[in-house]
Amino acid sequence: MNATAAPLLSVRGLGTQFTTVEGEVATALEDVSFEVFPGQTVGLVGESGCGKTTTLLSIMRLLPVTARITTGQVLFRNTDLLRLNEREMRDYRWKEMSIVFQGAMNALNPVMTVSEQIAEAILLHNLMERTSAAKRVGQLLDLVGIAAARKNQYPHQYSGGMRQRAMIAMALACQPSLLFADEPTTALDVMIQAQILELLQSIQRELGLAIVLVTHDLGVVAEMCDSVVVMYGGKVAEYGPADTVYNEPQHPYTQRLLGAFPDLNKPAGALATIPGTPPRLNALPPGCRFAPRCHRRMDVCDHNAPPILPVAALRPAAAKSRHMAACHLLQNPGTQPQ
Amino acid sequence: MTPPILEIRKLEKHFEIRQSLTDALRRQPQKVVRAVDDVSFTLAKGEVLALVGESGCGKTTIVRTLIGLEAPTGGEILFHGQHVGRAPRGGGSFISLKQLRQRAQIIFQDPYESLNPRATIFDTVAEPLVVHGLAPNPAERVERVRRALEEAGLRPAQDYFLRYPHELSGGQRQRVVIGSAMVLDPELILADEPVSMLDVSIRAEILNLLNALRRERNISIIFITHDLGMVGSLADRLAVMYLGRIVEIGPTAEVLTNPQHPYTKALLSVVPVPNPRLRKPRMILQGETPNPIDIPPGCRFHPRCPVAIEACKVTDPVCVTVHDMHEAACLLVQPGA
Repeated sequence: MNATAAPLLSVRGLGTQFTTVEGEVATALEDVSFEVFPGQTVGLVGESGCGKTTTLLSIMRLLPVTARITTGQVLFRNTDLLRLNEREMRDYRWKEMSIVFQGAMNALNPVMTVSEQIAEAILLHNLMERTSAAKRVGQLLDLVGIAAARKNQYPHQYSGGMRQRAMIAMALACQPSLLFADEPTTALDVMIQAQILELLQSIQRELGLAIVLVTHDLGVVAEMCDSVVVMYGGKVAEYGPADTVYNEPQHPYTQRLLGAFPDLNKPAGALATIPGTPPRLNALPPGCRFAPRCHRRMDVCDHNAPPILPVAALRPAAAKSRHMAACHLLQNPGTQPQ
Repeated sequence: MTPPILEIRKLEKHFEIRQSLTDALRRQPQKVVRAVDDVSFTLAKGEVLALVGESGCGKTTIVRTLIGLEAPTGGEILFHGQHVGRAPRGGGSFISLKQLRQRAQIIFQDPYESLNPRATIFDTVAEPLVVHGLAPNPAERVERVRRALEEAGLRPAQDYFLRYPHELSGGQRQRVVIGSAMVLDPELILADEPVSMLDVSIRAEILNLLNALRRERNISIIFITHDLGMVGSLADRLAVMYLGRIVEIGPTAEVLTNPQHPYTKALLSVVPVPNPRLRKPRMILQGETPNPIDIPPGCRFHPRCPVAIEACKVTDPVCVTVHDMHEAACLLVQPGA
């Protein structure tokens, strides 16, 4: 992490709530904070329902009407996006930050050719004339490795990998500086996944993009990311440089999650499991949200939610690394997590 | 050595493509999808064999053919030395599909689609017993369903009897699917990507469960996956498939540490390693698996192979033994490498 550069995006204390049809309030996000630096890749990981996608939608302000951002700031180049009106916000979407949605098949319009849909994004933002837009589409498709001969085809004529490439081309249409990718490789075969990851990395090098990668695949995060945000039950459980989080995980949830991931380099032996299921967002446990499933639970965990603290408090050696974790064990040096 | 529970000899499954009228009138040759093309392997009692490959390599077709959901177009399938489905030419013993399905069960990929949403968990798990006319006595049936669910890790089983699939999480649903396979006390389980739809922690639970069933019940398993990362913790042997063929087969640890076929090497290099310190160069194959209608001549992998030589364009390689049990089909593989 480059500590001297200013962050491109700084999410501070973000909280989002959903209201269900019955009028119940579900807390989808609480006190989510992390930073994204220019040209860097940040991974958001966690199990289904932990709030990864909601975090992206909150930042982009694309939440459904049943949801409301209750607290926090989303600073993009020091402008708080949450204070902008809808008109001003539109200048940020696509031009400053864009998103590659999960499930490329459903995200593309089936009755428009691929080149038409990419051109649409450019024309809607009045960035250029129709003829130069067509030229730009050609460049974008070339950048993501789609042959010019196929640009006038429809999405159903594309394979899964090509659709994902088309989605990436579209996201880059207005030259954003920040790209959100929501599970970009989840439904793809390993080799196609590797092609897409390689493509994202080469685009990042070429354009200096910052990328926020949402995935449940810890392997993909380890391959791609400079820093990682581990989420559980709508909160950040652990946050820090990828290398430190993977090699010195502090939160029991991170430890178990890593233990549950099959590793080619460590074959054989039973995988770690996490008993129970993630909490329901309308019935969150009063203390630490992970406490009911935690193998190192203490009495305090049932009553008080642990604050997210720098790991440096525990290990001065880690002072410069910005490694943070939300676990009571950090405040009880006698019972350090191993 | 005891005879294998399952033996596949030169299995072939070709699908004919429906021809357009104009092509038929022009007497164009009938096109076929060569989904499985000359595949042979054996499976021992209590053994776990992983079939690994990308979409369209034929791994699911093999499993569907084994259990009789598709009729093979060539080759032989033997279960405990008996021909499956019909008596072989020239006589010999055979086992009917119904008998086979009492002893071999399949687990499908997506537990959101493979359970009947309108049947209770009890009815779903008891159905195989009804179909096969087993446990006609209600008390006995309840007992077998209870035991199967508990074996699949749903305890106490009674709590699940009257629930419906929509009340269960993805991991619980997959356990119900496993329970309804276990209720017949099968000797062989065919698991088609049983964990690819599940979250990491649930995936680990299901892999551990399959491992326990193998260990405690000596069940043989054919485990299909597209992710080589999944096989290390479960499979004894590993078969890598490409375009309807097995290109490499051998003991899992041996194949993972000493891969011989360039395709296996490429697949291994792109498995994400969960540690940023161990990032390694990826050997990325360009393009996608070719269409199994137009399988390239010579070695079917040569158009994407990074080390192909001239001979690969004309010669279709046969499996060469590298070590005992470890075979690879590549012209460049030297025996004893």
